Amino acid sequence: MLSFATRRFGLSLLILFVAVTVMFLMIRAVPGDPVQIMLGPRATPELQAQLTAALGLDQPIWKQLLIFYGNLLQGDLGTDVFSGRSVTDIVFQQLPFTLELIFASILWSASLGIALGAYAAAHPNTLIDRIAAAISVSFVAAPAFVVALLALLVFAVHLQWFPAIGAGEGFWDRLDHLVLPAFAIGLSWVGYIARLVRASMLEVMGESHVRTARAFGIAERRVVMVYALRIAILPVVTVIGVGMGFLLSSAVFAEIVFARPGLGKLVIDSITTRNYPIVMGSVLISTALFVVSTALADLINALLDPRARTAH
Amino acid sequence: MTDTLLEIDHLSVDYETGRGDLKALRDITFDVNKGEIVGIVGESGCGKSTLISSILRLTAPNTRFREGEIRFKGQDLLQSSERHMRELRGADISIVFQDPMQTHNPVLTIGQQMLDIQHRSKQSKPDKLAHAAKMLGAVGIPDPEARLKQYPHEFSGGMRQRIAIAMALMSEPDLLIADEPTTALDATLEVQIIERLQELQREFHCAILFISHHLGVIAELCERVVVMYAGAVVESGEVREIFHNPKHPYTRRLIECDPGHIKERARVLPTIPGEVPDLANLPGGCIFRDRCDQAMARCATEVPPLDQLKEGHHAACWLNHEEVTT
Repeated sequence: MLSFATRRFGLSLLILFVAVTVMFLMIRAVPGDPVQIMLGPRATPELQAQLTAALGLDQPIWKQLLIFYGNLLQGDLGTDVFSGRSVTDIVFQQLPFTLELIFASILWSASLGIALGAYAAAHPNTLIDRIAAAISVSFVAAPAFVVALLALLVFAVHLQWFPAIGAGEGFWDRLDHLVLPAFAIGLSWVGYIARLVRASMLEVMGESHVRTARAFGIAERRVVMVYALRIAILPVVTVIGVGMGFLLSSAVFAEIVFARPGLGKLVIDSITTRNYPIVMGSVLISTALFVVSTALADLINALLDPRARTAH
Repeated sequence: MTDTLLEIDHLSVDYETGRGDLKALRDITFDVNKGEIVGIVGESGCGKSTLISSILRLTAPNTRFREGEIRFKGQDLLQSSERHMRELRGADISIVFQDPMQTHNPVLTIGQQMLDIQHRSKQSKPDKLAHAAKMLGAVGIPDPEARLKQYPHEFSGGMRQRIAIAMALMSEPDLLIADEPTTALDATLEVQIIERLQELQREFHCAILFISHHLGVIAELCERVVVMYAGAVVESGEVREIFHNPKHPYTRRLIECDPGHIKERARVLPTIPGEVPDLANLPGGCIFRDRCDQAMARCATEVPPLDQLKEGHHAACWLNHEEVTT
């Protein structure tokens, strides 16, 4: 178990390194001189040269990368070009908003999706199963940004049930502000997880050990909820781990549509202003978030499945 | 007169499929007495598994019970409520399945699974665990207390099958169904399991319905044997009688093909030529006719009845027609 965790951690670091390096190179390939965009068309050549030197943009690109990693190892993500504040501060100020949005989305979509899928699998080919299938397929097909706009229009503008913009203050207000964005980006996951759980459950329900459990007169409820679901849930954990990455990108839409603070909004804003340090800081943190969540999913799987523990 | 425990009475079972009804079991009749070991022998697809799942009523949704009764202690199981069936399963009737590698839940410890199957018992959890450990000890698992904490994949196939037997016997059932319990194991393990089963049967006095295609094991273990072919009983009776004086050509060929009976070195092992008839589209007359080298004109038109040839020996073949006593 310990060596499995160590190796998983090493792999995570490698993924993080590759992702951050690629992003570092990509943002420098975006056309347009960043210094000109930042300072505006009327800046003097002296001022431009000064900022270029301050950002280290006069150095060759491999050297820029080395300096970036050197600072990173010291926990320094650089300073914001405009406000002069530490990038670490800015990113960690925005991070909680994105995290609460992602966790809320996963929480409601996974619970509903697992319940829907397990119920459909326990009653295959009944009317309920067909209704669940229709619901899940239509949910999967709904893109997050369309759902976000419609939800905003219907529930915030017309019905005025929930606030339209911002993140709110205080626990209940923040929860209130979370409902529509979490609904928007979680909806397609409900359908996806329901389909996955149903297929996985049907496969497990056909295995011999389920027949054994029934042959010992164990109550059907326990057979489904413990004997089958504990195995059927394993692929779902992996999918949710990877799904964190997709949810991060859906969160960008939700944060823009609902004018919520968060990592997604921060990245978009800083890319348009070529604010390199902020872009790199946000990308680094969201990549780390993704890497950690997939590693976490693997570890949870190993805890749930004794076979996976000894196989590694 | 011994007490009858299980009576299968003219049982016919179909599977509804896209190409018509599959006649999986036709007119099956035999019974099992209290404390008796009865063997069922037949090749793959002869309806053994359908018979077992019918007794426990754990059948696929497309199963149709067309005719007959399955009486356990006099009560027809096919008419019983689902609730009554669940009370019987794992209590009065237990089962050991064929493949020990698939029979336990892979993510729960053996101890947890042995706790779960004692769901009817009012004992405390430590008492139930002690009972489970005692049963594991009885089937020869060393250090049972520690092994209760382990998962199925940490045991070998032979051990898993012994655990399955321990689990089946835990409730001291009246009837133990053993569905080819040794088929997935190698020969030395097979002997061990059979001996263990014999010992335990003497200790617990349960009746055993032992399904196998291994004639040697049946001869060793059982008092009576039922020979099935393509969903029907072709011969039944005392093991000694059937093996020394088989009255159905299929039984004779089965005995000839059993590796234990082959005395001479042969280039080609004996087989029964031909195939089992299509159960969805059964030919008229005797079901074994196409593969029988003694078939007569009568076999093509009339189905031979399962007649009693002498006390405790039945066979369904026209060859015996002159000997029929009743």
